[in-house]
Amino acid sequence: MKKSQRASNGLWIALLCLFMLSPGLSAARPAQRNIILSTTTSTQDSGLLDVLIPIFEKKTGYFVKTIAVGSGQAMAMGQKGEADVLLVHSPAAEKKFIAEGYGVNRRIIMHNDFVIVGPPSDRAGIKGVKSAAEAFKKIAAANVIFMSRGDNSGTHAKEKVIWKAAGITPGGQKWHQETGLGMGQTLAVAAEKKTYTLADRGTYLALKKNLGLDILTEGDAILLNIYHVIEVNPLKWPRVNAAGAKAFADFMVSKQTQKIIETFGVEKFGSPLFFPDAGKKEEALGK
Amino acid sequence: MDIVVEGIKHAFILLLTLDREVLGITWLSLKISGSATFLSMFIGVSVGTAVALNQFPGRRFVVSLINTGMGLPPVVVGLFVTISLWRHGPLGFLEILYTPTAIVIAQTVIATPIVMGISLAAIQHLPANLKLQILALGATRLQMVWMLVKEARLPLLAAVMAGFGGVISEVGASIMVGGNIKGYSRVLTTATVMETGKGNFDIAMALSIILLLLAFTINAILTHIQQRERPR
Repeated sequence: MKKSQRASNGLWIALLCLFMLSPGLSAARPAQRNIILSTTTSTQDSGLLDVLIPIFEKKTGYFVKTIAVGSGQAMAMGQKGEADVLLVHSPAAEKKFIAEGYGVNRRIIMHNDFVIVGPPSDRAGIKGVKSAAEAFKKIAAANVIFMSRGDNSGTHAKEKVIWKAAGITPGGQKWHQETGLGMGQTLAVAAEKKTYTLADRGTYLALKKNLGLDILTEGDAILLNIYHVIEVNPLKWPRVNAAGAKAFADFMVSKQTQKIIETFGVEKFGSPLFFPDAGKKEEALGK
Repeated sequence: MDIVVEGIKHAFILLLTLDREVLGITWLSLKISGSATFLSMFIGVSVGTAVALNQFPGRRFVVSLINTGMGLPPVVVGLFVTISLWRHGPLGFLEILYTPTAIVIAQTVIATPIVMGISLAAIQHLPANLKLQILALGATRLQMVWMLVKEARLPLLAAVMAGFGGVISEVGASIMVGGNIKGYSRVLTTATVMETGKGNFDIAMALSIILLLLAFTINAILTHIQQRERPR
């Protein structure tokens, strides 16, 4: 009897210790300290935010909660007032978001570009084709599989724009498959199945070593990938941390940050992943 | 297969060099899932025992409900907890979405039915006469329950292990309610998903191996307690 009692006491003490060490329960910070940044996966997967956010936090004392999702979901969160500030790359949807009054102060941050990647065998023969729409037409005509994100992300939105420019409706076609996953995973699926896909250059460069997919089409103006920062409208949602959102957006367009963006990735990939654009006009890019 | 070897090598390098980020993530996983298991043990064993020892109308329905809950998909729990904890949701005033506390809540919801279902079966499985014998010896009802729980120690600890195993390995809810925030709510499973997405398969593999080691260590401790010689 005694021994079993000791055993059960031991268990209780062990579990009690675990419970007392439990996190968060006492870590309630003042609400205004927290900023919820809803952003696309590419900014996180490329490692850019891991560099920028600690600097911002140190400078301002804010605590940034980065939620990396697709641009579509990021804006849905903003629409519900569940995020304070957005860093997204889906221009058409962003303009609608602003027009409907959900966001304010949309400012350009940086750009890079999308590339059409595929297996080196290139059955559709799109290598060197200058126009993205032309390349998509060839893929459709050759009846080879194109792997789509299918997740309402900025990349998916761009893909739809290109299909439209090509005059093709890919929905329901056998050669058009959707993963519903992030960029990294979609690239992995495309590589495994030796299919074509559209990717942002940053994520592609970061994953290149494991993929065996080549860049086949690049440089078309339609492939431009522009990132904007948007503050969620505090008039619509009073609980939104407007001051924090503004501080973060101001930080993103500041000289110091733009300088960091300019050199980010050069050491690792040999070329920058993003090009800083603060203060520029969207229409002036890619010309 | 190179990636597995690389992963194992990487895991040991990370552990031996006491990589601060990885240790932090591991420690956080243990704290969160440990707390959730502890809470679910409380609720699960007590409610499970109560249902096992009592007869009431609709009992079968309740038992079916508990048994169904044992298979609650973590993403479903994650979605419900997220919606409840939204700033403008019913529990928004708590302001705990995207915190470790939110993960503890979600994991408790996942683990509780598991612990409850196994506890219920364990207590109900005890010989019916045992209950009468204990009462006949003059024990109060509370003492009787305590003795039954001790009698069912083996399956009850199995229940706790199943609960812990369910939450330490779960990723759907943790990523939704925790947000995978670096140095704050990033746990082993969510970090593994992220590193896989980034294409860092060796780091993802290393994190997986650390997760397996952690799960094994905790279960080894619980098994040690469970399998001690029973004095009689």
